[in-house]
Amino acid sequence: MLSVSDKLKMYFTMLCIRRFEEKAEELYMAGKIWGTFHLYIGEEAVATGACFALRPEDYITSTHRGHGHCIAKGADVRKMMAELMGKATGYCLGLGGSMHIADLEGGNLGATGIVGSAIPIAAGAALACKLQKNNRVVLCFFGDGAANTGEFHEAVNLAAVFRLPVVFLCENNLYAMSFPVKKAFAIPDIAERAKGYGIPGVTVDGMDVLSVYEATKEAVERARKGEGPTLIEARTYRFRGHSKSDKGVYRTKEEVRMWMERCPIKRFREHLLGEGVPEETLRDLEKKAEELVEEAVRFAEESPELTIEEARRLVYA
Amino acid sequence: MPEREITYAEAIREALREEMRKDPSVFLIGEDIGVYGGAFGVTQGLLEEFGEERVIDTPISEAAIVGAAIGAALLGMRPVAEIMFFDFMTLCADQIVNQAAKIRFMFGGKAKVAIVVRSPAGSGTGAAGHHSGSLESWFTHVPGLKVVAPATPYDAKGLLKSAIRDDNPVIFVEHKLLYRVKGPVPEEEYVIPLGVGEVKRRGRDLTIVTYSLMVRRSLEAAEILSREGIDVEVVDVRTLRPLDEEVILESVRKTHRALVVYEPPRFGAFGAEIAALITEKAFDDLDAPVMRLGGLEMPPPYNPHLERRIAPQVEDIVAACRELVS
Ligand SMILES: Cc1ncc(C[n+]2csc(CCOP(=O)(O)OP(=O)(O)O)c2C)c(N)n1
Ligand SMILES: [Mg+2]
Repeated sequence: MLSVSDKLKMYFTMLCIRRFEEKAEELYMAGKIWGTFHLYIGEEAVATGACFALRPEDYITSTHRGHGHCIAKGADVRKMMAELMGKATGYCLGLGGSMHIADLEGGNLGATGIVGSAIPIAAGAALACKLQKNNRVVLCFFGDGAANTGEFHEAVNLAAVFRLPVVFLCENNLYAMSFPVKKAFAIPDIAERAKGYGIPGVTVDGMDVLSVYEATKEAVERARKGEGPTLIEARTYRFRGHSKSDKGVYRTKEEVRMWMERCPIKRFREHLLGEGVPEETLRDLEKKAEELVEEAVRFAEESPELTIEEARRLVYA
Repeated sequence: MPEREITYAEAIREALREEMRKDPSVFLIGEDIGVYGGAFGVTQGLLEEFGEERVIDTPISEAAIVGAAIGAALLGMRPVAEIMFFDFMTLCADQIVNQAAKIRFMFGGKAKVAIVVRSPAGSGTGAAGHHSGSLESWFTHVPGLKVVAPATPYDAKGLLKSAIRDDNPVIFVEHKLLYRVKGPVPEEEYVIPLGVGEVKRRGRDLTIVTYSLMVRRSLEAAEILSREGIDVEVVDVRTLRPLDEEVILESVRKTHRALVVYEPPRFGAFGAEIAALITEKAFDDLDAPVMRLGGLEMPPPYNPHLERRIAPQVEDIVAACRELVS
């Protein structure tokens, strides 16, 4: 059973993700962040609930839409913001940027720009956990789009037949860029795929942090006991465009509005109020998240950049 | 009447549209090329004109996209596949290198794989390590493939039309930083044959041999150098394989100095092939060793100041030319 203080931690994590990204969006508009990035806004309950089911020493692999995974795994938002601003104090020294944040010490084995490519890597990390008998598990995040890559199929099968301690968490936000799940799959639930690999598959409401937590907890326990992988499909929705260049022609405003009404943060806030948490406590957390992100921006802005010579030395070990 | 100007992206779209109108066996297949119009907007409007049967959006499955194109080509279709970023060519490399390139030969010349794989390459957009690659050199190493890398809207249109009509698999390398560049493209139909380079600027003192975005940068460098009295000739090979050796050699025999400029990391890239060609076939005409200016030996970094350093910039080309004539 989750205590109220656990739940408040979850709430705070979700707030941090939301604020971090809203701020990143603002900085992008101001020209302080460039290139592109993929916002997780609307999907916060998935990373938060799932990572809460992990121990600190467990691992995750992330995606191009990875800010939420990173924060939920306990990353320092200052180093994340510095990375987005290309600074030497960022997680990847400004070499990776938004799409490649890794926090190896914190157990985040990294985000990838090649959709699906982290899935075999998650299986490999789980293989190492098994060989090292370290009793750790790997939580592998990926999207609905990634579930149609060859790498997904190869890796899930491999993990299944080797009974690796990995949890495959598919963040089904109904679209891969513009391509709707309805057109990309001939089955109604992605979780059904599990059957084909002989592992359990479950579908959860990805807008509800507690449901995600419960489902992941069970899968993590299975994995830790040596019973092999689970495929979890979390139904969610991204409130923003795919990336910064998305004109949004493939979905209706109506649909977006409908999903925004199911905002996972708003919903969890209501749940907490219903549990008797004073509104003031929640407001304090909201303010704290705000401050944390502001501090991250200050830190990032004051940070230096890497020189090309320093970068050159990082190509080989 | 002034000549019509359109962008590189529009020129590519026109080539696709014209070939699709003309030949019902041409169809498009790729990710987000339909309603979304392609990640860079190249295929915008084509779904509306040709419908879902000929503008086919797929799941994220690069190997299946190119494999399906090959399979359809075996039955006489002429598919044009779009791979959203050149970096993702790694995911369909088996289909391109082991299948498309070899099928005709392995099957005793009886099969035809008339496919085009279009994909945007290059850095300079802040997209970091997985979305900035210039991997065209890899494919130039494969007998059976043709590799085309246009630098202007005019060339993009004329070469793509030829690529679609060609009976061989063609890798069509587009450059992200060129998509919005405008240039003259006539209304009337034309094609540019594959394997024919072009002198983009006449000069006496040295020859720059290059392709794609680097043509543009080389021309800018040539303008700057002309003010210093250095007269640069710029040869755009346009097609990397088959390579127009004559246009290169003829130029070098005239200027006696050659600089090869290219965006991929310097070591082992296609530019080295050009340098070798000049050394082998025009050695006696050279007044100085052939010089190469390639990219840095480094994956594309995210930080924009560092990213700028990995590909040759105008000032780098200017400096290299000065060195070569000194
Ligand atoms: C192999 C590969 N193909 C295509 C892309 C371009 N791309 C980037 S994200 C994306 C959609 C991914 O969809 P999904 O896995 O559902 O994740 P989401 O963006 O919805 O979170 C696509 C097509 C890519 N990065 N990698
Ligand atoms: Mg998705």
